[in-house]
Amino acid sequence: MRPEQTLTAYALRLGDSALILGQRMVELVAAYPELEEELANANFALDYIGQARLFYTYAGELEGAGRSEDDFAYFRPEHEFRNLLLVEQPNGHFGDTIVRQFLFDVYYLLVLEALTRCSDRRLAEIAARAEKELRYHLRHCSQWLLRLGDGTEESHQKVQQSLDELWRYTGEMFAADALDDAMRTLFDGPDLGAIAAEWHRDVAAVVDEATLSMPPEQHMASGGKKGVHTEHFGYLIAEMQNLPRTYPGATW
Amino acid sequence: MVEPAVSRDTILEWLAEVPDPEIPVLTIVDLGIVRDVECDTGVVVSLAPTYSGCPATEVIESSVIAALEDRGIANVTVKRVLSPPWTTDWISDAGREKLRDYGIAPPERGASKRALLQGQRHIPCPRCESENTELISEFGSTACKASYRCTDCLEPFEYFKCI
Repeated sequence: MRPEQTLTAYALRLGDSALILGQRMVELVAAYPELEEELANANFALDYIGQARLFYTYAGELEGAGRSEDDFAYFRPEHEFRNLLLVEQPNGHFGDTIVRQFLFDVYYLLVLEALTRCSDRRLAEIAARAEKELRYHLRHCSQWLLRLGDGTEESHQKVQQSLDELWRYTGEMFAADALDDAMRTLFDGPDLGAIAAEWHRDVAAVVDEATLSMPPEQHMASGGKKGVHTEHFGYLIAEMQNLPRTYPGATW
Repeated sequence: MVEPAVSRDTILEWLAEVPDPEIPVLTIVDLGIVRDVECDTGVVVSLAPTYSGCPATEVIESSVIAALEDRGIANVTVKRVLSPPWTTDWISDAGREKLRDYGIAPPERGASKRALLQGQRHIPCPRCESENTELISEFGSTACKASYRCTDCLEPFEYFKCI
């Protein structure tokens, strides 16, 4: 793989996780029973989608084949998406939504911080922009995890269950594959081993303060980074891609 | 190619009249997103996006092009620059004053990690300057604002979040 191909694939992968989490949150727009959360959800979704656009635009420029951000988002089939399995999981109840975002955000923030120091200037610039937004996200979902975990008996039990059920999708974040290795060797990219340790420490600190327990070690699901998705993914992109595929070239 | 007949300073003056679409009391120069203007064989305006997903980005770009075209400059290109990333520290003093007059509390200076993580606890009321204010919602009418209320004059107001 040539160095530019590494960067293209890596930028797409980052864009995919951001876009798919953003799309999941878009499904919740106008569904919140309370204005503050409604705005928080929509604002955050907008940040993720904006970040995906920056990554996709860069990938398109590197690839040099004239593909736009829309081509990547709307005209690729399921197996070409390389997002983490965690972000494609259904919204479930509010505890599931918050835990999913929390587990991802702790990881994503660490990756972005590492990328601000990578040797590719453009990725470092996008990461510097996105990192500032992620701090707000993380503060928000950490506070909710505390409130739900240390809240009522029911909220505690429900959010513990969310944590236990989503935990199996966290392993693939840290399982470095050839692309992660190439990114690290060629461009001083993130060291996933170091990030795993920091992630466990940061997650454990909030989980502990929320009076929740860390899930036991278990078998970890993986596949997202190779384009092998869970059964929920097809429905997600079917909805996301329906309009542009039915009316190609449609504009507002 | 013909050299544009106007100077960089004139272009900057014209850009200083382009309002931000979401907070029209501010111009894009007050907001600190105009990073550079190059006048060579055409005019290249470098703009820094605020938030990654800010829906105003495209609107701002087309209003820059429109503002210069209105003045007879045809060959305008807008370039997006990400580095150094825009933070609320780029908002000028004049911009902060305009925000306050408009009823929006300006962001505190020093968009450090500390400010982001801990938020700001004492946002002075833009109307009566009292520091007795309370947070209503971390989120407001646009991604960049939070909602507060003054417990002295009882007016609700918006706070431009520090990022």
